[in-house]
Amino acid sequence: MSNQAVQARTTALETRLRVANLNVTFGEGEKAVNVLQNITLEVGAGEFVCLLGPSGCGKSTLLNVLGGFLKPDSGEVVIDGKPVLGPDPRRIFVFQERGVFPWMTVEGNIGFGLFRLTKEEQARRIFYYVNLVGLSGFEKAYPHELSGGMKQRVEVARALAVNPDVLFLDEPFGALDSITRLIMRRELLRIWQKERKTVLFVTHDIDESIQLADRVLVMSTRPATIQRVVDIDIDHPRDISSRHYLDLRDQIFEQIGLAHKV
Amino acid sequence: MTSPLQITSRWWRTRLRRAAPWLTLAALLAAWQAAVVLHPRSLIPGPWPVLLGVVELAKKGLLFKYVLASLFRVTWGYLLAIALAIPCGLMLGWYRHCEYAFAPLLQLFRPISPLAWIPISILWFGLGDSAAIFLIFLASFLPVVLATMNAVRNIDSVHLRCGRNFRLSEAQLIWRVLFPAVAPQIIVALRIALGVAWLVVVAAEMIAVNSGLGFLIVDARNAGNRYDLVLAGMILIGLIGLILDIAMRRLEKLPSVQWGYIGAK
Ligand SMILES: Nc1ncnc2c1ncn2[C@@H]1O[C@H](COP(=O)(O)OP(=O)(O)O)[C@@H](O)[C@H]1O
Ligand SMILES: [Mg+2]
Repeated sequence: MSNQAVQARTTALETRLRVANLNVTFGEGEKAVNVLQNITLEVGAGEFVCLLGPSGCGKSTLLNVLGGFLKPDSGEVVIDGKPVLGPDPRRIFVFQERGVFPWMTVEGNIGFGLFRLTKEEQARRIFYYVNLVGLSGFEKAYPHELSGGMKQRVEVARALAVNPDVLFLDEPFGALDSITRLIMRRELLRIWQKERKTVLFVTHDIDESIQLADRVLVMSTRPATIQRVVDIDIDHPRDISSRHYLDLRDQIFEQIGLAHKV
Repeated sequence: MTSPLQITSRWWRTRLRRAAPWLTLAALLAAWQAAVVLHPRSLIPGPWPVLLGVVELAKKGLLFKYVLASLFRVTWGYLLAIALAIPCGLMLGWYRHCEYAFAPLLQLFRPISPLAWIPISILWFGLGDSAAIFLIFLASFLPVVLATMNAVRNIDSVHLRCGRNFRLSEAQLIWRVLFPAVAPQIIVALRIALGVAWLVVVAAEMIAVNSGLGFLIVDARNAGNRYDLVLAGMILIGLIGLILDIAMRRLEKLPSVQWGYIGAK
């Protein structure tokens, strides 16, 4: 696919998620902290969007609102034409590996959300997703016997197994070492290309966002607004030493107000 | 490379570690025997008469009967207690207003020794098994309720969020997330509670009934200072308590609760 083709694809996507004039304030009176201010964004079906911003700016808060775990003070979140009223298995949250249930095996975790299905269908999906995330042979293992990256795979598989429309990932690779993190990014892209879920991926890592996303939404410090939207019009697998990649990276560094010489 | 010398020394070290408890036990028995020989006029008998005392009890059929009687009371009091305590603890931890209502009351009852309830239990249930079972119930109930409640309060909220995300009903959330999340701590509390129950049954039997290991001890003393039987009773209590504790530790080995003890070991 050429660059133009990528762009054409992203613009042609139907809108999956729409957020208009979202405001969130924590606390009251003197202590009130305005965390999100007038956030407006749109995400297309099957799109991979990164929310990039410094720690504490409100990324998790925004994702919690989108996921239905937190009510905004004003503004609305609409997914597939319907307002979000609460958590829903069609939109699954993935946390930093700590979301896996330590009392269940890999199988048990991946099958956790499948209780409405028949036993055969459960087994089929567990088998499929265990393989998809590369954990075959570890079906009977407990999370405490796994590495951080493997636990993260379990969480992603558990989320995918219920066949959601949207995945929310909140700094999912933040606790992993840098090599595992790179591997997990590649894995996530491979899975995303296969399953084409809509992905909202929160990160404070500029490179991570450019390596993964179709679009990067750059957030400001508190109260967070969306400063800028950067289209990453590079095909996967991305050459991270290409001129264009480095240009985009420079743009974002500048936008965040960081000189990129240490 | 490991040299043959290293291998033998490791072999000896494991041997020694395995033998250590038996060596201390043997030393204790020897010291006991020595003390008895040095103080011949003491009423405390040596290890050998105590062993004969156990044999005597077994021959009269009392050993089996008393052990069974004590275990019977503990089983009933303990099972009733945990059958109520676990759901109560889950509720108290789960519903905040329940906790606000009951926590002060529980804290008030906690420092009251179960033995302080002896007069009231006899008043309510008369002399007999029920009074003893009631005391054991009281002794095991509170620690389990409090531990379960605290475990629920300290649960990792991420797990509950995951459960809600998959749209579990409240009952499913409690059964599939809350309960397994607190199970490791409940198991520890169950083990402690069984230990306390075993302590209390002896005391209860000294007063409220005329069978069981606690009764054996007071009865042996009253019926002619049979200190050999007193000590036999004490040793039996210790042994059975040890066996109960070992059995409860097995629960901690369940694969689905292992995670809860990893940091602690
Ligand atoms: N429940 C809450 N009550 C009060 N303040 C909160 C709450 N949750 C988050 N905050 C504050 O909101 C800000 C944004 O938090 P968060 O969304 O977690 O940031 P990020 O994920 O970008 O690091 C932080 O300053 C944090 O202290
Ligand atoms: Mg965060």
